[in-house]
Amino acid sequence: MDLSFNIQGGDFTSAGTASSQVRRTLKELGVDASVIKRVVVALYEAEVNIVAHACHGTITAQINPERVFLQLVDEGPGIPDIEKAMTPGFSTASQEVREMGFGAGMGLPNICRNADVFNIHSVPGKGTTVEITIQIK
Amino acid sequence: MTIHEIVSLVKGKILCGNVGEEDFVEYCFASDLMSDVLTVRRSDFMLITGLSNVQSIRTAEMSDLKYVMLVRGKTPPQTMIELAEESGIVLIMSPYSMFKASGILYMAGLKGVF
Ligand SMILES: Nc1ncnc2c1ncn2[C@@H]1O[C@H](COP(=O)(O)OP(=O)(O)OP(=O)(O)O)[C@@H](O)[C@H]1O
Ligand SMILES: [Mg+2]
Repeated sequence: MDLSFNIQGGDFTSAGTASSQVRRTLKELGVDASVIKRVVVALYEAEVNIVAHACHGTITAQINPERVFLQLVDEGPGIPDIEKAMTPGFSTASQEVREMGFGAGMGLPNICRNADVFNIHSVPGKGTTVEITIQIK
Repeated sequence: MTIHEIVSLVKGKILCGNVGEEDFVEYCFASDLMSDVLTVRRSDFMLITGLSNVQSIRTAEMSDLKYVMLVRGKTPPQTMIELAEESGIVLIMSPYSMFKASGILYMAGLKGVF
């Protein structure tokens, strides 16, 4: 099953709707609750990163009985130093983003910890692609 | 501790959700930083937060939590209450600060998640 979503940068009212829909789908499919939590926590962090740090993006979720594959592609400022961005506590979040409850610098490390396979690729000035694979079985 | 006991200890109010005697928590986590909450692996805790917007409910939803307590007497926006209702999350409001509400509940026997 494939799901796809458009994400608008700065739109904190809708942030999380894609993750919520993926969660509902996985629940309907009867996936184990602890696996669902790992998938949606990783996806929600990555979704909020698009809203918080990029201009716009797309999310695709491919779900099959063995695994969930999530791809998040955005157009935005990109990440100049990925290693630094992955360091727990590192954040460039704006005051506005902090007021929404984000900017702890824990998102990327948290995605990495929940994923079985995690890939991040970024071109400064262009955008960022995040890929997350989580095994269901 | 039952949710009813918790609500009465923090002079709180239930803003949405049906709560009975079977509604019960043993663990709590207090934070205004949602990514902090999202690092917690377990799901059987109540979130105490001062973050009065839909993202605290979204965070609770992704974390598979059932109970969220909003402190400092903040009146949440209607959209936050609606989302909580839709997500089956019990939203509680307390006039106390995060420190005071947490301290009272800790003294009464609720445990931290770490
Ligand atoms: N999609 C993205 N586009 C541009 N920059 C990004 C993107 N995702 C992350 N970053 C950069 O990497 C930093 C670290 O990201 P991370 O998700 O770990 O923390 P955060 O978003 O700042 O805060 P948190 O996720 O804890 O709320 C961000 O502050 C930002 O500078
Ligand atoms: Mg983030």
